[in-house]
Amino acid sequence: MNAANFKHALFCAFITLIISYPILGLNLVSAGTSMGLEGASTVTIIGIFMAVAVVFLFQLCRDSAMAKLGQLPRPDFTSNRPPMTEKTRLKIQNIVILTIILGASLWPFIASRGSIDLATLVLIYIMLALGLNVVVGLAGLLDLGYVAFYAVGAYTFALLSQYFGVSFWFALPVGALLAALFGLALGFPVLRLRGDYLAIVTLGFGEIIRILLNNWTSLTGGPNGIGGIPDPTLFGLEFGRRIKEEGNLSFHEFFGIAYDSTHKVIFLYLIALVLAALTFFAVRRLMQMPVGRSWEALREDEIAARSLGLSRTGVKLSAFTIGAFFAGFAGTVFASKQGFISPESFVFLESAIILAIVVLGGMGSQFGVILAAIAVTILPELAREFSEYRMLIFGAAMVLMMVWRPQGLMPMRRIHIELEKQE
Amino acid sequence: MLEVRDLSMRFGGLLAVDRVSLDVQEHEIVSIIGPNGAGKTTVFNCMSGFYRPSGGKILFEDREIQGTPDYKISRLGLVRTFQHVRLFSRMTVVENLLVAQHRHLNTNLFSGLIKTPNYRLREQKSLDRAAYWLNRVGLLDMANRDAGNLAYGQQRRLEIARCMVTEPKLLMLDEPAAGLNPAETRELNQLIISLKEDYHVSVVLIEHDMSLVMEISDRINVINQGRPLASGTPDEIRHNDDVIKAYLGEA
Repeated sequence: MNAANFKHALFCAFITLIISYPILGLNLVSAGTSMGLEGASTVTIIGIFMAVAVVFLFQLCRDSAMAKLGQLPRPDFTSNRPPMTEKTRLKIQNIVILTIILGASLWPFIASRGSIDLATLVLIYIMLALGLNVVVGLAGLLDLGYVAFYAVGAYTFALLSQYFGVSFWFALPVGALLAALFGLALGFPVLRLRGDYLAIVTLGFGEIIRILLNNWTSLTGGPNGIGGIPDPTLFGLEFGRRIKEEGNLSFHEFFGIAYDSTHKVIFLYLIALVLAALTFFAVRRLMQMPVGRSWEALREDEIAARSLGLSRTGVKLSAFTIGAFFAGFAGTVFASKQGFISPESFVFLESAIILAIVVLGGMGSQFGVILAAIAVTILPELAREFSEYRMLIFGAAMVLMMVWRPQGLMPMRRIHIELEKQE
Repeated sequence: MLEVRDLSMRFGGLLAVDRVSLDVQEHEIVSIIGPNGAGKTTVFNCMSGFYRPSGGKILFEDREIQGTPDYKISRLGLVRTFQHVRLFSRMTVVENLLVAQHRHLNTNLFSGLIKTPNYRLREQKSLDRAAYWLNRVGLLDMANRDAGNLAYGQQRRLEIARCMVTEPKLLMLDEPAAGLNPAETRELNQLIISLKEDYHVSVVLIEHDMSLVMEISDRINVINQGRPLASGTPDEIRHNDDVIKAYLGEA
């Protein structure tokens, strides 16, 4: 306990005194020639001084207290265990994921309609983020126009249903494949660019698609959008109160239960859940396959990868196409969920949010991305009371996140292929 | 097998390589030596397709390959290492070798997604080949470590193993002994000779370590300031006046 310590403690105590004034909302008022304190009861003032005393004492003996604390034996959970092998880790992860999926598939039967609707949106964002994660996280290609592929998926379904009366189940693969085709077509000329240049070109592509949808009024209805997109059916059973298409049965009549509009919401949620799970497992599998490894190899050291016979364009193109494919999936589900789409749903902000999800979650990390997708979609809903400050809080949270945890919520842990010991 | 004829490479006003010719026969170790900045690595970069040469021809098994994209050249069986080790440092050692075998593991996406038996078989095969080469260069115990955590000498050997799993016909090594201690250099020596003897790979070598070069080369090409200076067997080179001048300075 030297003089420097004492001085520091005094300073801290003084700061405590000062900041308690605005924090507790005290007010200085002038009464004639003297100043008075308003809004402070005796208890508050005593409290403040006690706090000041605590701060002073703590700062005064901080060094010795901390040193003592450091000497306490710390429980050590990790030292005596051999490191988990890759196989057991994968097994545990699979069990966790299956439990989550099981829980998520039972959950809508006890939840409210509004929250199921929100959860469907979360699942759509999970699909999008997992798809973008392939492009940005694994292949290291910065794509700012990802929403374009989402739009392609959604508009494919909307247009097909409007002009040809195509059902959801047919439009789902078609939308995804068409989005993938767009990814391929865009990727081919632009993938020789890298980094910032690639980002700008993809950004431009996203805008082209949106403006095209906005201005091609004769086909897409322009800013008015397309409505009346049909709901998915369960083996030909419709979820509406009345049957829209000749020859179909309605779900509640078939099972002889009362009509409930929640059925449709739950069904859509389950479809989204299945597709999100499909996306998750497909991407996870891809990561362990030669394609996944070549994405990483090319990201790590392009020159070495090329010298080993990996074609730069081919590898990048595969990442781009596969990412776009999953966006097309998500787009089709989105169109079906909303029943109405317009170019306004596919603005640049969407791309930015999906990218933010990937970066916040941890590039390349699937669990992290899912967590971030949930957080980014639900937090703004929870923060509705703050209304106009919502985006401000969102922004601040993102800045803080990047300062404290730049590697993301759950940083990526690669799935290794292990060489088993040959005895 | 490989024939380079009047190769020239110009960077703007600088003629980095000026009409260099060399040839490599099957089952042969050929070295390229020369003072720093002589253009040895530039010759390499042209041969492996990283640069498109400004003039001259490169024939590999009687096919002209100058200007062919690098990844296609490597698929022909002409594989190189780098002056500075270029591993995928965040991947494990064995994964480094798996990446190199991707063109052997040429399966479509679908069979990989559902793990068909055929896919598993191929995967196992490439794992076996990786294990074999790791054993060969003495890194089998390190197989599951991150490549970036290996010692420098081990990284060098891993890089050679990574080339060998691609089953090349001609291996180009750019200063493989740089940064190795004498014991490691001797090991490398034996490894390169064994590549030639046991695996029938021709080797082109850029090296500054004269003891290594003189010991294992069948023939040596000397380049000075982008121009060919001399070529011949180690003995001839050792007694060539021009070479001595270039290395030791004019007396």
